[in-house]
Amino acid sequence: MTSRTEILDALSGVRDPELDEPITNLDFVSELEVEDGAACVRLRLPTYFCAPNFAYLMVADAKAAILSVPGIERASVALDDHYASAEINVGVNDEHGFDGAFPDETESPDLEELRTVFRRKSFVARQEHLCRELLAADHTASDLAGMTLDEVPASAAFETYLERRAELGLDVSDGAPLVVDPDGKRVPEEAVVQHLRFARTVRVSIEGNAELCRGLLATRYGIPEREETTA
Amino acid sequence: MYEKDGEKYFVVDGHVHFWDASPENWIEGQEQYAKGWIECFYGYHQLGPEEYYWPMEKYQKYSEETMMKDLFEDGYVDRAIFLPTYLRSWYKNGFNTIEQDAVLAEKYPDKFILNGRFDPRDGDEGLRQFEQDHEKYGFKGIKLYTAEWHNGSKGWSLKDPEATRYLEKCEELGVTNIHVHKGPTIWPLNKDAFDVKDVDDAATSFPNLNFIVEHVGLPRIEDFCFMATQEPNVYAGLSVVLGALMHSRPRFFARVMGELLFWVGEDKMIWASDYAIWHPRWQVEMFVDWDYPEGHEFDDFPRLSTEGKKKILGLNAARLYAIEVPPELRLPEAATDAQSVEPTVS
Repeated sequence: MTSRTEILDALSGVRDPELDEPITNLDFVSELEVEDGAACVRLRLPTYFCAPNFAYLMVADAKAAILSVPGIERASVALDDHYASAEINVGVNDEHGFDGAFPDETESPDLEELRTVFRRKSFVARQEHLCRELLAADHTASDLAGMTLDEVPASAAFETYLERRAELGLDVSDGAPLVVDPDGKRVPEEAVVQHLRFARTVRVSIEGNAELCRGLLATRYGIPEREETTA
Repeated sequence: MYEKDGEKYFVVDGHVHFWDASPENWIEGQEQYAKGWIECFYGYHQLGPEEYYWPMEKYQKYSEETMMKDLFEDGYVDRAIFLPTYLRSWYKNGFNTIEQDAVLAEKYPDKFILNGRFDPRDGDEGLRQFEQDHEKYGFKGIKLYTAEWHNGSKGWSLKDPEATRYLEKCEELGVTNIHVHKGPTIWPLNKDAFDVKDVDDAATSFPNLNFIVEHVGLPRIEDFCFMATQEPNVYAGLSVVLGALMHSRPRFFARVMGELLFWVGEDKMIWASDYAIWHPRWQVEMFVDWDYPEGHEFDDFPRLSTEGKKKILGLNAARLYAIEVPPELRLPEAATDAQSVEPTVS
């Protein structure tokens, strides 16, 4: 029988596209029931008016993640307490797609374009996180500029960076340069410091936003606040 | 005016509301949105210190007396700028209209500055209305919501030809402070409604207008920073930045402030309480005491001096709005240079 742990593990692969964090870490999963190959999950968000586009992506991704677990044949995912709960839940569970759920309110075929914008941003942020660790380990900016992927020591930050790099379709082979822009172009040595300065702002923005969302979720549902972390 | 350790701060609150979100003002059939909206605000409210929480009933609708006391008696505010928020599709009389604000602004002309609004999708009629409103109230600034729905349209851009006509009118009338809401919002559904690119274009086309980006493009601070650093007439509106982060997330607040100080600089940052989302008192007190927390992660951010805090808390906004600052509250060099602060017109 499929366990809750397996489903939660699958759900931990679903990230808020904007915050680049697993929905399980963000406390967005409020309920999970598994019975006879059917899984039922409830999601919640920090506010009634959280962007419905991102909400839709998370509900759809959660459903796909649950269905990928061996032994699960049916999955239903419901978003609670949101102004567009009804449209999103019906749209995802009946597979109408985002446009089908909001027939007169969207302007382009689907949400992939928006998802890509945020994948690129989080790519930049993850790269900055990794480079910051390398700089702290006594590498210089000019070392980083010349480094190829096979020269980077193994770490959690490196792993998540490679993951996103692959998702964007960029070169992840051993000889590929470490510091590249979201199009995969190598950043020249003289531009690395400035590149990382920009990247840091992107990371502060994403992480600051995640903190704001955590605070709002905690006040909304009376969740005890955890200690503030910083990188 | 706030005084601490022998330093005096002239305080301009760059973004306040006098709203009515009480159930009597909810439009039938739209109650869930009207209720959801104010509950969403209430969530933000609770990111401030607990001793300043209001009960929901008071938060939905507060009195003139409450507002006057909170801002000007307890909150150290010398001058407050009203920014309207209409939301007429959910609230019968609007959430916070120019007319609502005008009642207080007319009663206390030395306390409030009343800002206007327009929507370029209203075409010629809207332009005439804006001119009439200006004639009546003498605006120095306006508040714009580019993501607002209107007659089947899902938002607009400052780059639209229609918007250009309105901005030309602002220039002609001397309405020089253009506050643009670029922050948490709802529509259009599949677009990135926080995109600040249109502000970039408008700021280049209209070098004589000031563009104050409210909520600094949260949650896209980076896009705002990269743009503001290139445009001399773009300012950071700090409403929500202090209110939501300074108390509840001090380390992230420090990082966000560090980024803003690095890219935008203390001369172009404008504090605002976003009252009644948050009370100004704790924000002013905490900000004057503020410094980076312990830790090397903050080492390479620019420091913020007492002088910088004075600019952010009031002197920058006073400059944009030509508010006369008493000589003892000016910065030393400004105090000797009468040219640097225009006398107030209204």
